[in-house]
Amino acid sequence: MTRPLDLAGPSAQRLPRPAPWRKHVWPLLCIAPFFVLFLVFGVYPVVFSLILSFQDWNGAPGQQQWVGLRNYAELSGDRYFWSSLLNSALIFVLHYPVMTLGGLILAVILNENRLRFQGLWRALIFLPHLTSMVAAGITFRLLLEKDSGLVNRALGSLGLPAVPWLDNEWWARVAVGLLLVWAWTGYQMVIFLSALQTIPSEVNEAAVIDGATRTQLFWKVTVPLMRPALIFVTTLSVIGTFALYTEPQVLTAGGPIHSTTTPTMEIYARAFGNVRYGYGAALSYVYFAVVVVATAVQLRLTREEKR
Amino acid sequence: MTTARHTRPPALLYAVLIVVSAFAALPFVWMVLSSLKPLAEIFGQGFWPQHASLDNYRALFAQTPALRALGNSVLIAVLSTAGSLLFCALGGYGFAKFDFPGRNALFGVMLVSMTIPFVVGLIPTFILMRNTFHWIDTPWPLIVPGLANAFGVFFMRQYLSTVPDELLDAARIDGASEPTIFVRVVVPISTPALASLGIIFFMAAWNNYLWPNIVLRNPDAQTLPVLIASLQGSAGRTPYDLMMAGAVVSVIPMLIVFLALQRYFYSGITAGAVKG
Repeated sequence: MTRPLDLAGPSAQRLPRPAPWRKHVWPLLCIAPFFVLFLVFGVYPVVFSLILSFQDWNGAPGQQQWVGLRNYAELSGDRYFWSSLLNSALIFVLHYPVMTLGGLILAVILNENRLRFQGLWRALIFLPHLTSMVAAGITFRLLLEKDSGLVNRALGSLGLPAVPWLDNEWWARVAVGLLLVWAWTGYQMVIFLSALQTIPSEVNEAAVIDGATRTQLFWKVTVPLMRPALIFVTTLSVIGTFALYTEPQVLTAGGPIHSTTTPTMEIYARAFGNVRYGYGAALSYVYFAVVVVATAVQLRLTREEKR
Repeated sequence: MTTARHTRPPALLYAVLIVVSAFAALPFVWMVLSSLKPLAEIFGQGFWPQHASLDNYRALFAQTPALRALGNSVLIAVLSTAGSLLFCALGGYGFAKFDFPGRNALFGVMLVSMTIPFVVGLIPTFILMRNTFHWIDTPWPLIVPGLANAFGVFFMRQYLSTVPDELLDAARIDGASEPTIFVRVVVPISTPALASLGIIFFMAAWNNYLWPNIVLRNPDAQTLPVLIASLQGSAGRTPYDLMMAGAVVSVIPMLIVFLALQRYFYSGITAGAVKG
């Protein structure tokens, strides 16, 4: 091999030659780990799950049985599965408005320049979000205990009756909602706070000069400008509430009378409790479809609000 | 510059903040206080401990494999965070700084993959872990699948897109190889992004419950949240005294990470939220 003639002078000689591996092989090597793992632990399970949903299988090798649509037929009459979807929807309705409005109001307050100890307030309100939901679930379980729980004792000292937090179907859903409000309001607040900081102060000043009250300013200026952040947290909350597992599992164990059982708990029970992998897979696919529809509806609604 | 602002006294705002902070902190404070009380007193009338002691913590570590579980949790959280960060930085760099055939299609596939809920592939992933890899009761099911983190690759691509190409070209002119450029240029300039992403990964791994609860059956292999939850209803009586101590132990490492790296925390969780 002869070296190529140096025609361009000494500085050009130091430029790297356009080796194909720099341009094509190296970038593919960069993204390869992700895609290899994604194929094995992402694509394969999702496809396998769809096939499994047409089968009966207790996990023993060679025992798979093709049953066609039988799992789906059974599922259509599965009261517990459908009520688990309804439970998620109810828990969403119970906690989402409180958490989101609360987060937004707190963000507006903390966005106030004159406020002292901004970092301290923010950290304190964000603190619950760091807690593992197992630890929080156990703590709330004791706090909401009917007879000895701190919350009912506090209500009692105010002359209010004890609330059957974990013993009544509706109160149990409220209890799960309460835990979610506690864990997520600080997160919402941080999202809104960073969104608020992108609003130029002139916008608020103009509104104030036009005579807007604080309430008007909040609903007519701040909320519309928060739309991207609102859509983000709403999408996340819809998906997150349907995916709930740890909170109701530790706080209420899904009870009483299945009132706080969520789809993920139901899928877990069928697949690993009853050892019916095919049926569990069918449930997970219907669950997926419901979440896709719910998310699409939610995005549609938030888009239309704009007009 | 004076600004036209409402001059409502901020006393009201402080009042709101104090009430909300109390609501946020109360379960926390009560958890810590209860962990210092004997079991009977946890269900008792008082708020402050009458006979505060560290007995629950001693009993927790003596009677359960809590120390082991703490070690498992640390190992899993550290390894999964480090591994995910490496692959996210590599993937993000590949997508941000190179033009190769199929790039946009692959990137699109990755974005779509983020919308698939975890539970859809749950059963086959479990079967894969048990029958193919034989990874039940090992840390691997909690580390390896998460290394393919689409959000992380996306996050790193967004960040690295803002890095000027000249910086990389300068290194190439100096004769650096591509792997060297990645390690010596790309990783150092990504430090803030890697820090915020790392905290998100660490928190997710540390507090994870559903998946470890499925793949870790043996008490010696369990993580701290799984162990604490498994005490509930074990042997007839629920040892709430030990569980409260365990809950506190499980929260402390997260608190330390948070306090040390607060500003990265906030920038990590707000990524993608503001510009919808």
